[in-house]
Amino acid sequence: MPQEQPSSGTQSATPRLKLSGITKIYPSVVANDNIDLTVMPGEIHAVLGENGAGKSTLMKMIYGVVKPDAGEMMWQGQKVTIANPAHARELGIGMVFQHFSLFETLTVVDNVALSLPGKQDLRALSERIRQVSDKYGLPVDPRRIVHSLSVGERQRVEIIRCLLQTPKLLIMDEPTSVLTPQAVRKLFETLRQLASEGCSILYISHKLDEIQELCDTATVLRGGKVSGHCVPSKESPKSMARLMIGKDLPVCEHTQAKEGGEVLLKLAGLSHASDDPFGIDLQDLHLEVHSGEIVGIAGVSGNGQQELLYAVSGEECLSERFPVQICGTQAGRMSPGRRRRLGLCFVPEERLGRGAVPSMSLAENVILTAAKRRRLVRRSLIDFKAARAFAAECIERYSVKAGGVFAQARSLSGGNLQKFIVGREIMQDPKMLVVAQPTWGVDVGAAAFIRQSIIDLRNRGCAVLVISEELDELFEMCDRIAVIAKGRLSPTKRAAETNVEEIGVWMSGIWPGVDATMDQARVQA
Amino acid sequence: MLFATIVAGTPLIITALGELVTEKSGVLNLGAEGIMAVGAVAAFAVAHDTHSTWAGVIAGMAAGAAMSLIFAVLTLTLMANQVASGLALSIFGVGLSAFVGKPYESASMVAVPPIRVPLLSDIPVIGPALFEQQSLVYLSWLLMAGVTWFLYRSRAGLVLRAVGESPSSAHSIGYPVIRIRYLATLFGGAMAGAGGAFLSVFYTPLWVEGMVAGRGWIALALVVFATWRPLRVLVGAYLFGGVMISQLFLQGSGAQIDIPSQFLSSLPYWATIVVLVIISRNVQTIRLNSPVSLGQPYRPE
Repeated sequence: MPQEQPSSGTQSATPRLKLSGITKIYPSVVANDNIDLTVMPGEIHAVLGENGAGKSTLMKMIYGVVKPDAGEMMWQGQKVTIANPAHARELGIGMVFQHFSLFETLTVVDNVALSLPGKQDLRALSERIRQVSDKYGLPVDPRRIVHSLSVGERQRVEIIRCLLQTPKLLIMDEPTSVLTPQAVRKLFETLRQLASEGCSILYISHKLDEIQELCDTATVLRGGKVSGHCVPSKESPKSMARLMIGKDLPVCEHTQAKEGGEVLLKLAGLSHASDDPFGIDLQDLHLEVHSGEIVGIAGVSGNGQQELLYAVSGEECLSERFPVQICGTQAGRMSPGRRRRLGLCFVPEERLGRGAVPSMSLAENVILTAAKRRRLVRRSLIDFKAARAFAAECIERYSVKAGGVFAQARSLSGGNLQKFIVGREIMQDPKMLVVAQPTWGVDVGAAAFIRQSIIDLRNRGCAVLVISEELDELFEMCDRIAVIAKGRLSPTKRAAETNVEEIGVWMSGIWPGVDATMDQARVQA
Repeated sequence: MLFATIVAGTPLIITALGELVTEKSGVLNLGAEGIMAVGAVAAFAVAHDTHSTWAGVIAGMAAGAAMSLIFAVLTLTLMANQVASGLALSIFGVGLSAFVGKPYESASMVAVPPIRVPLLSDIPVIGPALFEQQSLVYLSWLLMAGVTWFLYRSRAGLVLRAVGESPSSAHSIGYPVIRIRYLATLFGGAMAGAGGAFLSVFYTPLWVEGMVAGRGWIALALVVFATWRPLRVLVGAYLFGGVMISQLFLQGSGAQIDIPSQFLSSLPYWATIVVLVIISRNVQTIRLNSPVSLGQPYRPE
């Protein structure tokens, strides 16, 4: 299939983009090994693969950010070497990055002007931005400063920025990870409209259902190699998963939660103004987490998840004691260390830097959080023997791939480090565990393993609070689900009694009993 | 006194505006003190030997740019630490200027006559203070306006701010980050050199070792406390100049006061910093104006 000749068939048009034998080798890893890929005009082509399969590297090469070590690129039948992103844009290639490449302190129109050649008349450009945003249903105000935009709006800016250059090929790198299910549907409409006008779309994702819904054809990558081509509408999620991870999709065992455990974490009217001018203020949060249950908090990123996590973990101390109660103790003003002593363990979102110190060995990283609960420190001296034993046990039990207990934390891949951090916290036998984004950037196999570990912990009577942006994950793990939006928390609902649809609506800030006048009061304030 | 205030503030304005442009591109050049010293001695030597003030100023700027080129090669090409390289450059520059300047220690030069702006200088009180100044004083005002216009109105300035904000994003949409940072650093060096030239050619017309006297450091502080905004740099520099002159007047007046002279001499330094700290307390303005990538090396993929 990948070997088809552009001129062989009479009715087959020239492919818009054709890659053959693309290879990129990094010092420690072969990121792309002999990749072939063909995209036709007006086609929505999925590039499917797990984290680390080489999708992003491949896209960066097409967009000229990274140069391939070997292989050939044909653009509309012509052989090209793309020197830099400006060259790619000249050819008509646009890219929407997974981590946005916007400048936070500049306005929308400034950001757009930066990516267009020559000097721009900002007023005329604002007008063009409005036209494009009307045409494709991407509402955004050109005069606003980017940092004040929600993530969904930022993505629109990125898309508009590409559309203004009337691209012939649009690369979307994991575009839906920051959107509500409703916003995803809107995005798909926009993409279909674009494709119908002849623009080709390369859609990078690891979400099988999305690819089935949207894409015409798919190329699957595994471990830097093409593991197959398929037509998503003719495949089942199961068969595509097999192509992607090489085995069947693992499932978690989830039993009914026991009722009536004691309350181990209680938020009693938690309000906290953020120090960060770009942060979110928490407003009057109420929540109870009982022993033996998992409560999930859904929400689009940047709606107060981080602030909530800091307030619960103690990274941000509150001015009063009562709003956060851990195992029956009013802990609002306690430091993270003291909260840990009460039986709280937590896995922060940022793995390197918050969850682990990158340049320290795994054994040393273990000491940082488990010193007290696992008695790794005696008479203020470190018991290295115990720390090594603990780290080794963690590596063993959670099947972490690492070069032993002395390996630096930063040398581990994202998934392995996450397994290690989750393992480290679970092995401290917490009464209450708070986990943020447990499987972000983790491959499917490891993700299922982490989820199962957390469920097992719950079955042993631990109370678990999971903050995640992946709805599927929350529905798989949680007994009850709440939504955080604009710094406010919805009531909880049993996972079995709700669905993705309803939670999606809540994620936009609308749930039963929400006081609309509060919003107006905030706007006026 | 207003006259003297403006004169005292001018070298700070020129140096700080240059440094502001450098920092807006994400490069922290702590070498301003050394660059000013080298600029001052180069300008004095050339002006003294050629009898041309302007040749002196240009020599000062060239020397400043050359000094900052050393810094740029170290930090932008060789990825050395910016803070350490900047401090080293300062120490190096002060030492080099003393060495090169030895033969000129006792030399003197005719003071450059001020330029009278017709009509405007006839305004009572402020006229003579503002409009019977050295040419470089007028140029420093133009520079302030020019830098403001460049940063906030021109496309090149927008690109420069974008590079300072997020070099990886700027690279990914296709801007030559390293080249832009080189240019910004060279501009900053040339301006620091001009600031030094003002000191040795216009301000005192002579060369003494150590005559920069910490003005490079004050200029660096001005940029930060002015939250990277050109107009605030101007205000801060005149504030420094004003306090400097007032305390000199006070010391020279022979009035019976019980304040140690050392305290009075230190007054302009800390008065400037205290005032600027107070006006720059707003977290929002700092976040909006400070270049996010300041001081961080960037290695394109």
